Amino acid sequence: MSDLHGWLLGRLSWDALPFYSAIATVAAGVLVAGVLAAVLFIAATRRWGYLWREWLTSLDHKRIGVMYVVLALVMLVRGVIEGVLLRTQQAVAINNPGFLPPEHFSQLFTTHGTIMIFFMAMPFLTGLINIVVPLQIGARDVRFALLNAISLWLTVAGAGLVMISLVLGRFSTGGWSGYPPYTEPPYQTGVGPDYWIWALTLSSIGATLTGINFATTLYKERAPGMAFMRLPLFAWTALCTSILMIFAMPPLTVATLLLALDRYLGFHFFSNTDGGNLMNYINLFWLFGHPEVYILVLPSFGIFSEVFPTFSAKRLYGYTSLVLATLAITVLSFTVWLHHFFTMGQSAGVNAAFGIATMLIAIPTGVKIYDWMLTMFRGRVRLTVPLIYASLFLMLFVVGGLTGMTLATPPVDFQLHNTTYLVAHFHNMLIPGTLFGLLAGYTYWFPKVFGFRLNEHWGRVAAVCFGLGFLLAFMPLYLLGAAGMPRRLSVIHQSAFAPALWVAEAGAVLLFAAVASLVVQLIVSIRQRDHTRAPLGDPWNGRTLEWASPSPPPAYNFAVLPAVHDRDAFMWLKEQGQAYRAVVQPAPINMPRNTPVALFIGAASFVAAFGLVWHIGWAALGGVLAAVACVVVRSFNRHTHQTVSSAELAAEHNRWVAAVQAAEAVNRDLELDPRNRGRAEPTL
Amino acid sequence: MNDVAAYRRTLRLYTLGLVLAVLLTAVSFAVVGLTALNGPGLWWVLYGCGALQVMVHFRCFLHISLARSHRHDLWLLLFSGLIIALMVGGTFWVLLSQMARMGG
Ligand code: HEM
Ligand SMILES: [Cu+2]
Repeated sequence: MSDLHGWLLGRLSWDALPFYSAIATVAAGVLVAGVLAAVLFIAATRRWGYLWREWLTSLDHKRIGVMYVVLALVMLVRGVIEGVLLRTQQAVAINNPGFLPPEHFSQLFTTHGTIMIFFMAMPFLTGLINIVVPLQIGARDVRFALLNAISLWLTVAGAGLVMISLVLGRFSTGGWSGYPPYTEPPYQTGVGPDYWIWALTLSSIGATLTGINFATTLYKERAPGMAFMRLPLFAWTALCTSILMIFAMPPLTVATLLLALDRYLGFHFFSNTDGGNLMNYINLFWLFGHPEVYILVLPSFGIFSEVFPTFSAKRLYGYTSLVLATLAITVLSFTVWLHHFFTMGQSAGVNAAFGIATMLIAIPTGVKIYDWMLTMFRGRVRLTVPLIYASLFLMLFVVGGLTGMTLATPPVDFQLHNTTYLVAHFHNMLIPGTLFGLLAGYTYWFPKVFGFRLNEHWGRVAAVCFGLGFLLAFMPLYLLGAAGMPRRLSVIHQSAFAPALWVAEAGAVLLFAAVASLVVQLIVSIRQRDHTRAPLGDPWNGRTLEWASPSPPPAYNFAVLPAVHDRDAFMWLKEQGQAYRAVVQPAPINMPRNTPVALFIGAASFVAAFGLVWHIGWAALGGVLAAVACVVVRSFNRHTHQTVSSAELAAEHNRWVAAVQAAEAVNRDLELDPRNRGRAEPTL
Repeated sequence: MNDVAAYRRTLRLYTLGLVLAVLLTAVSFAVVGLTALNGPGLWWVLYGCGALQVMVHFRCFLHISLARSHRHDLWLLLFSGLIIALMVGGTFWVLLSQMARMGG
């Protein structure tokens, strides 16, 4: 009997159900109910067929991008709720145990960090890059459309593992960085670290493939005339992020796989005994980890570089310096990883070298800050939601950068490392830097993807709550950290910390309100979409090519590839009166057909990873074999493309051109008015 | 016609690459598992196999040759070289420093 059970279900048993903490039980219940409700809702509205045909099997880069962003937003909600729980525990548990058992508290900071980095920020930025970059560079698609879908579904499989760990078993308690030996068998024998390992392995493979795909796309698929020094800045940052992904994700994949060998097969790469050396893990992890923070922030820099000129109605100031600064940051980001382990025993000379290298990054970043400010200078500035995020970023990011300088000084770091000062510092970079940028991009490009604008009022509420909430939640942590409060603390034995912790709690509540406002905004916007439609494609008087198509753009993006004559390619076309021209007999286009192969590969990988986590041999092996089989079977399919005929292209394109020419062009005072249908009056 | 010839040539290159890659991998495992080779001698054999493996991949799978190297390809290679040198060199520097100071 027990043999059969072991064979069928591995280590899975009733004990895996989440009854160890009331909060965990509720969370699992909410998750199960939420998934069931979603499935039933889609079935009741008879949308499964539509979802399957138009989305789940789609290879269209814009739809893949949207699915990435949806994943990111769902994970953002979970991540923020976990953050609020952590903050509340720390505010409550002063000289008492609080409401979270220590083990659950540790799981929560681990899932919070893992989710926010790998399943919120990464999918969010990958999604925006997917949606925007091909349009911006005048391409019809990414270079490898199927690979793109495979990256998506591998990431979703990883996120699925983190989600299912809410219901079955417990997650790792080893933090988002999973340092051994604590994540190894003598200390954590359960499935937690295995969930963490396989979730990260899947998502890091997905990210590596994305990096390869977008670097190739940016190299090979640019429209005629789109020289490198004409690339929009978001495309530049996407290129640098892709390159960072290509070089930085493999060390992570290797580190997690070696850790898996230690855990599953009794290897001794990172164990305390038998010749293992945990420093190898820490070194590998941060070889990935530091470039990772630039993977997270560069796309946001790119988004701000689009938002500032558009909403200031000016050319981007200092384009060349911004490009050079981005490149400098890309290279320098591979020279500083040691600042994450100053205290681990190398010589003072090594520490000094890495400390100085770290400080050097402030130079190109400072250049960027001035370029952005000068872009706004004497522009026609409109304080719309993306610009509010951008302005908050300008002010707050500098604070985070300065505290980073303090931490880059090794002797100071010896005092502050592992305290809440560090927690404040990295949230100061990740929230105003990464998250605000991504939310600005979400608001800015939403009308491009869906053809209607997001509600401005709720967007402002969310942005202001995010700004204030961030300040309240994290500024006190600088003080607490300087006063010596360690991070990852589930119970606090120092009453003097109470006031600051309660201020931080208020901030966390505001941050929760911000996320709730985002949800409300989405619902309200969908309801009011008839008042905010901008199908003609250019609601913000855009400067770059993503605005040179109807909203939503057709699957092939452009009936005729645009010719690029200027850095602000679309602005140039508008100024020359060439933006909206009818076509005669465009060449037919070959577009990839939909296929469920990528989804199957993701599903098979999920089964394999789940099998590995619970030691279910047949699932692990079967999943891997099924994924390989999908690739092999697919390679025999010769009908992978379909042709869009010339007549079809001409009809669709010319209908749009006629609609634009018939429409009233609105000026910037009417930007948020229902009359803004997406044709902009030139601002001169 | 031309297509078929080009196809054959590419196929031959890939097959050659596959055979060499498998061979080099097998040799590495074999010297560790089956021979009495030890110490620096063993390391050099493994380094050598690794270096050859890199070259096989470049030549047979990525079609990079010195002769008609496209400028962009060359830039990418140089950049990759720089990053790998930073990561590998830095790792040696850091870990050797730790080892020296911790008597390990
Ligand atoms: C928006 C509201 C957020 C709140 C309230 C919040 C709160 C927290 C708290 C309380 C901790 C634990 C601090 C400690 O160890 O003492 C934490 C850790 C962390 N957070 Fe957040 N956070 C938020 C957003 C984010 C975002 C947007 C990111 C990344 C994009 C992020 C990444 C992390 C990481 C990586 C950790 C470290 C986890 C670990 O210790 O292993 N957080 N956060
Ligand atoms: Cu770093």
